[in-house]
This record gives sequence, structure tokens and C-alpha cells, in this order.
Amino acid sequence: MSILHETADPRPERLAKILGCSVEDVENELEELRKNKTLLGWVPILNSNLNTPELVRAVIEVKISPEREGGFNRMAMRISKFDEVESCYLMSGGYDLLVFVTGENLKSVASFVSERLATIQGVLSTATHFLLRPYKDHGHILDDKIEHLEKPSVSP
Amino acid sequence: MNPENFIADHVSSLPRSGIRDFFAIVSEMPQAISLGIGEPDFITPWKIREASIYALEQGKTSYTDNRGLLSLRKEISKYCASFFGPEYNPESEVLVTVGVSEAIDIALRAVLNPGDKVLYHEPCYVSYSPSVTLAFGEAIPVATTPGQDFSLDPEAFEKAWQPGCKILMLNFPTNPTGGTADFDKLEKLAKFAIEKDLLVISDEIYAELTYEGEHVSIASLPGMKERTLLLHGFSKGFAMTGFRVGFGCGPDWLIEAMMKIHQYCMMCAPILSQEAAIEALRNGLSDVSRMREQYHKRRDFVVKRFNEIGLKCHLPRGSFYAFPSVECTGLNETDFCHRLLREQEVAVVPGTAFGEHGRNHVRASFSTSYDKLVEATDRIEKFVCSVDLENKKSEAV
Repeated sequence: MSILHETADPRPERLAKILGCSVEDVENELEELRKNKTLLGWVPILNSNLNTPELVRAVIEVKISPEREGGFNRMAMRISKFDEVESCYLMSGGYDLLVFVTGENLKSVASFVSERLATIQGVLSTATHFLLRPYKDHGHILDDKIEHLEKPSVSP
Repeated sequence: MNPENFIADHVSSLPRSGIRDFFAIVSEMPQAISLGIGEPDFITPWKIREASIYALEQGKTSYTDNRGLLSLRKEISKYCASFFGPEYNPESEVLVTVGVSEAIDIALRAVLNPGDKVLYHEPCYVSYSPSVTLAFGEAIPVATTPGQDFSLDPEAFEKAWQPGCKILMLNFPTNPTGGTADFDKLEKLAKFAIEKDLLVISDEIYAELTYEGEHVSIASLPGMKERTLLLHGFSKGFAMTGFRVGFGCGPDWLIEAMMKIHQYCMMCAPILSQEAAIEALRNGLSDVSRMREQYHKRRDFVVKRFNEIGLKCHLPRGSFYAFPSVECTGLNETDFCHRLLREQEVAVVPGTAFGEHGRNHVRASFSTSYDKLVEATDRIEKFVCSVDLENKKSEAV
């Protein structure tokens, strides 16, 4: 699992080389992880400060009413099912759900919040924050200048 | 003006470092994948860098006590007791230096009279023999061998001993071989050192990067603390090469003698690096473990690949270097490195850069990312296959 996190090239042939086993073994292991829903998919980590498609991302704090049966689960699952929702977490503190939403432009995100999310029965309030600029994503510092420092290619 | 009249004989007689020659060639090929780097590929953990920035913001820009900040010496003393075993008095038995290299230099200068002899094992770090020469001593290399995975061989030291030997210099885990010293062999060597009344200078800079078993310091063995200078630093385990901070721990009379030289030639280690080192010892040990885990996995991968390729490679039990033999290719280590660089754009370092006993071997650092290691070893495989084909053709002719 740690190698899946570290490598930028998760092809089975490459993983087999690193792990010292056959490609078939890696494929079987990956299939098993998919079956038991441990491995759900692959996500490229793109530097959105560079030439990536311009998307608008927002973080929405949502307050909802818990239900007698299941607490926040049914509402959380319902909200998670929208395509616009990238991630959804139950939180402790001043609000209940933290929802990450992506849209093509400001208007599309705004209309998702006002027309779809806020109108669900049981949603008490929403507070939307638009992401302006990322500095670190999935453990990677974006625009990290340190890599360009002069460093000898051979040293004792 | 004739420069030859001005350079001291013992300096002009020193050979150029083999690494320096090779570096000049590699630096003209920035696109090459380098396995020639003798330092961690990790950047110093942020909390350590941040401690140094904070110290700068606080205006800590002065000299420190020649021996180093007392708070750092106290942390060093605590760390040595818990990791290496012996307890050192931070007031009189610890000296903070500008890396282990400075500590080696001033220790040799403090102890050696002209002509005194120093036993050291080879292949070894590039500076050992020149440092002895610069201190007017005589360096006596003792080979460690591939047959013993380049580990400590006390009998070889006993055989090499001769009248006039004053110092026994050790570096386990070893750069460039990854060889280590187990308890039994260290015990034998300790007896030998006591019997022959030798001072031991033990450079244990790679101690944290030990993958099999626990690191054992010779200073922790009975009767050895009083005749051992334990050298350690932050460059490798804590990934702090550029901070240039190390330390020596040993008997007060030796630390005092080293201090005499240190105070005149260096004054003190940079205060910002010392502040960073305090943070490293207080809160950086989990980072060391994280990096060691990475090196461990990479080592297993690289060693396996070298053996698959046909370049016989022992398992380095410490450090972040593999030291495979290239004998099977029919090329010597220097030709192997030059051709590999030219034909496949991969840099490894000829074993003879680390002394004559490194012949027929190359040093490959696994302090680089998996993806680069995979690509580099694939290219080395292609190169070895092409040399093999050439050999077969010329045999047929």
C-alpha cells in the first residue's frame, strides 16, 4: 500500500519490479483490493496553478438535522451522490458536513448550492467558501522552488 | 611566480579525489540519472528547517560557545546515552563541529605526531587517508572484502598492526559498501585496541540507517569509552547535509585537545545549524524512522535488481549505498562507469574512488526515488547485456 502512495507510475509491470514478484501476482492483489473496495480508483495530483483545465472548487459547511434512525448517515449519503460533490465528511464542531464541490464556473457551483443542496429537506444552512489558490495538495507542495536548487550530481 | 614553490609538499603529493574527476564529467550531462549522490534525497524535515528560520527571526546570529550551545550538547549527551549507550558529560566530553569531516580532521591533528600510524579499513569514505596525510601521519589501509560482505574483520586489523600504530579508524555502517560490524567482532577488535593501546576514532554517521539488527557502537563496550572518540552528526540520518553540523564525544583530555584546534580554525559551528540540530534531536526521530523505512525498501529493490542483472551484490546492512561487483562484464570499474554514463546516461561511482580495495566494484546510491531507481536499473541491465554481447562477438572472432 505504501508503494501505491509513493510511486507516480502504478502500472502492474512497474509495481511487480519494485515488489519483486510477478505481474500476475500484482494484478491479482490489485483485483482483490478493488473487490473488497479498498482500492476505489486512481486520482492524478495535478498542479492547478499550471496548465490544467480551469475548474471552480468550493468547500461548503452544511448543517443538517440528524434523524432518529441512522443520525446523519442518510442525509450524508444523499448529498454525496451528486456528481458535483467530490468529497463529503461528517465533522465535529460548528457544522455537520464538510462538502467539496467542483463546477465549471462560479455560476454552476452557486446554482448547485442554492437550488440542489440548500433545498433538501433537513438541510438547515450552508456556508460556501470558494478555493482561490492551492499551496499543498495530497502531500505535494505546489510551486516548490527547492527542487531547482543547484545540487551536485555526484558527491562523496 | 612558480606555484610549485608555494604549495606544501604533503598537500601537492595528495592525489586528486576520484569522485571529483567523475563529478566533472557527470556535471556536463544534467539529463543523466545519478546514483552517485552521497547524501539523502529527502529534504530536511520541515520542523527542523522551521526551527532554524525561527532562530534567525529571533536574531540568533552570534557566535556560540566554542564547544557548541550547551543546550545542544545536553541533547547530544541524552541521545548518545539512549542510542549509542555511553553517557558523556555535556560540559567536557562533547564538542559540536562543522560536520563529522571537521571532527576527523581536528582529532587526527590533535593526536598524531609526524610518522604516527593510523589503521583504517578500505574501501572507505574518501577523506580518511588524505586527512591522515594532512596531519603528517601514515595511513595503513586494511581491506574489507566482498566475501565477508565488507563487514568488520578484526583479524585483518591484527595482521596489519605494526609498531607506531596509534589510531584505529572505523566507519560502520560504511560508505561506500554498507558493511556493518556485529557485536562479537567489535568485542574482538576492542580487545585488540586495548592490548595495543590504540585510540579508536569511530565515525558512526550512518548509525540510524542500519537495517539488520541493532547498531552497536564500539564506545559502548567495556573499557572502550575512555579510548574511543565517537563521531556522529545530522547529515545522513536527519537529512541535514547542508547544515554542516556534527559532533565528537570522547574522553575530556581528547575533547580539550580538539577544542584547541577547533577554536582557532573554526570558532564554532553556525548557530542556526545548531538550533536546527536541537530540534532534530528533540522532535525529529520519527522523521528518521520514516526515512529509514524508505531506504530499506529501496535497498531491497536495488540489490535484487543488481543480482538479477548479473552484477553480484551483497546485502548492505546499513547506509544507503549498494556496492555491486562489475567484474563479470570484463570491464574495470572506471571503464564501466564512464561507458554506462555515455551509453545509458546513468551515473554510478567507481569503487576505486574509495580506495584501491574498491576495485571491480561501483557505488550506487539508493537515496533516490523508486521511479528513478527502476529506470536506472533497467538502463544498467541494457548496458550489461550490450557489453555481454560485445564480449561474445569478440570471443567468436
